[in-house]
Formats: sequence, structure tokens, C-alpha cells
Amino acid sequence: MKKKGGNVTLSEVKEILDATVFVGEEKLDMEVKTAFSADLMSDVLAFAKEHSLLLTGLTNPQVVRTSDMLDIAAIILVRGKTPPEETIRLAKELNIPLLSTRYILFETSGRLHARGIVGCIEKVPLGEMT
Amino acid sequence: MTQDKKITKTQELIYSLRVKDVMSTDIVTVSPSNTMNELKEILRIRRISGTPVVEGKQLVGIVGIDDLIRCLSNGEMDATVGEKMSKKVETLCADEPLANAVNKFEQYGFGRFPVIERNHGRLIGILTKGDVVKGLLTRLEIAYHTEEFRYNNSINPVFDNIAMDKTNFHFQYRVDSRDFNVAGESINKLKKILSQIGFPPQIIRRVTIAAYEAEMNMIIYSYGGHISVSADQQHIILEACDAGPGIPDIEQAMRQGFSTAPVWVQELGFGAGMGLPNINKCADTMELKSEAGKGTHIKAVFNTTNGDGV
Repeated sequence: MKKKGGNVTLSEVKEILDATVFVGEEKLDMEVKTAFSADLMSDVLAFAKEHSLLLTGLTNPQVVRTSDMLDIAAIILVRGKTPPEETIRLAKELNIPLLSTRYILFETSGRLHARGIVGCIEKVPLGEMT
Repeated sequence: MTQDKKITKTQELIYSLRVKDVMSTDIVTVSPSNTMNELKEILRIRRISGTPVVEGKQLVGIVGIDDLIRCLSNGEMDATVGEKMSKKVETLCADEPLANAVNKFEQYGFGRFPVIERNHGRLIGILTKGDVVKGLLTRLEIAYHTEEFRYNNSINPVFDNIAMDKTNFHFQYRVDSRDFNVAGESINKLKKILSQIGFPPQIIRRVTIAAYEAEMNMIIYSYGGHISVSADQQHIILEACDAGPGIPDIEQAMRQGFSTAPVWVQELGFGAGMGLPNINKCADTMELKSEAGKGTHIKAVFNTTNGDGV
């Protein structure tokens, strides 16, 4: 069912994506409105906005570091990735929820969008295309 | 730091550093068609004792002061370099560990080795014993400072006993080349400090992103360096200085999507050619000075009087 402009809680996100929670069980009532999907941390740094979900297939600790810099609300690992121990440890230390879903990036994004979560930006600004 | 530890660090360095990390890229070369007379002038003016001989971009020989002396005494100064050079040249590959180079210096007793790129055999640099010593000393100094910083940190949590406000603080840390493990740790501290001081979240975000991009660049491309952040009445100033090797073409480096990052960096999700443009985007003004063979200095200024931004 489509929600219009409403916030979605992390716990709903978990349900929509049939996700496993590695870190942040206690923060599942957090509400999110926007998301950014990328496997390129360089692009995340350039375009992602604060309080968004980060959907990515990368699992190294720098994903958590980058999320911390950007005040990302939660990290959703796609394609069934299991994060390495150091990534989980860092996410705990920096208090960033870390979830994993078996859906592919396209499906993950689509399912969340259908439930009212939108891109943190729609397009990159003109003149910033690579 | 104990003596033993220093030795270990040096040993570690000669295995982890590559020839290309410490070689000189400012190379004097001659062509096989130059005469020995011309060679004499080049050696005299550049104050060197030998040069690689290059045709096109390929290394074809090496010629030195001993060849020159032989020609002088035989009255053959009009002969070409091509006739008198040694054609059998001992070279080093750019990606060889420094340890191999050290062994080769010992084995052959030569003062210098031309450095070639393994794939296409072109000459890209020259390595002297002086380069090796200089390279090692630079790294050891960086390693020493890092250790010192960590040591100081572990007894005194940063700045706990220093009064800080928006116009009076200074945060500085060392960045080690290739050390991804601690990347972002210091910036996490910086972020907390800026927020304790009370800067607006949007400014903090821009400063931390820029600092992180600068740190990543330093880890990936440089020999290491330091990052400092300070503030005055109207600005936060971020400075990133590294010890080289410098950016040969700044305009190209500033272009989005241009990258020379190796595969292992790209596998971590970095090195997409967004770093410098992103620092520029985050900052209100950015200056980039770089000289090939020397180092890079980035100064990014963030206005703190108007809180808007990215």
C-alpha cells in the first residue's frame, strides 16, 4: 500500500525488505524519508544527504565511516551481503544501524520507493555529471 | 620509540614501499644521436655523472662519465652517444619493492638505476641511493609523528584541557600513506569538537566531508602528510599538506571523474575522481597548489557567518 509523503520507520523498512538487523535493534523506531543507493563511496560523499538511508553492496568499514561523516540514518546492505566483523564493530561504535537484505539494489530501492521513501536528491545538479 | 622498533619500521618500509614511491621523475636524458661533446655539456650543466639514453620513449642505453673520459682520451668527442653508450642496461621496474632496489645497488655497485614501467618498458624515472635514503627518512618521520600523536592522544583526550571557542581552536593530525584502517577516525573526533563548539550542523558537515576527501586522497596518492583545521571570526580553515609526489596536471585532477586510483582503492568504493571537485563544492573557496616531485597543499575556507550550503 502506498503511503503519501509519510515517514517510514526502520522497523517497517526491515519488514518491507525482509532484512536482518546487525546493528541498531534499539533504533528501529527511527523514521526516514529519503534514501541514496550507490556502490561508489565517492558518489555517496558527493551526493548523499543527512538522515537518509544508504543502500549499498559494499561492506567494508569505510562504508560506515562515510555514513558517519554524512549523518546517514542507517545502512542497508543489499544482495544478501554479510558485513565483516570490523564493519559491525564500527557501526556499533558509531551507533549507525546496519541491516542486510537479500533483495538486489534495484528491488530494494523500488520497494522502498513504493512505500513513500524518495531519493535524497532526484538528479545530480547540471554541470556535475561525470 | 626503541632502537629495535625503528629497525623494524625501516625494514617494513623497504618492503612496503615501491620504487616509484621514492624515485625522481625529473629525469635528464640524451638521445643516441647526441654527440659525446653535447653529452659533456649536459653533464656539466646539470651536474650529473651519467644519463639514460632514450629513443622515442624507449630506454635504449645508459651513458656515463667513464664513457666520456674514454672518448676524450681517444679524441672521439664527435662520436654519437649511440655508439659509445652501454646497451646492456640494468633497470628497475616501477612496481618493485624498494628492497629489490637496495639489493641491486649492493650487487652492481652502480650509483643509479633507470626505472621503467613494467608493461610498456618506457622510462619513467631514475633511482639513486640518495632517493632511497630521502624516501625512507620522509616515511620514518611521518610514522614517528603519527605514533607521537597517538601516544599523546591516549593519555590526554584531545583538547579536554584546552579552552576552545569559535575563534580559537586548532586541530591537526598526521595522515599515513596507504593506511586505510584508521581513515576517518580523526575526522570523527573533529566532527565532535566542531559540534561541541557550536558550529551549525551544515557547516560541520561540509568541513568533515572535505576533510575526509582530502584525507582519502592523501592515503591513496601521497607519501603522507597532515591535515589541520582552525577557525577565525568568520571562517573555518581546512588545510591539507602532503609530502609529495604532487599533481602533474591540476586542471585534469580537478575534473570530475578523472582518476588515477589503483584497482584496490576502487574496490573499496573510492577513487572515482570525485574527491577534489567535492572539496571544491563543499568549501566556499578552495586553493590548490601542487608541484610534481614536491607535494600538494590544499586550503579550503568555509564561511561561518552564513550557515547555508550543501
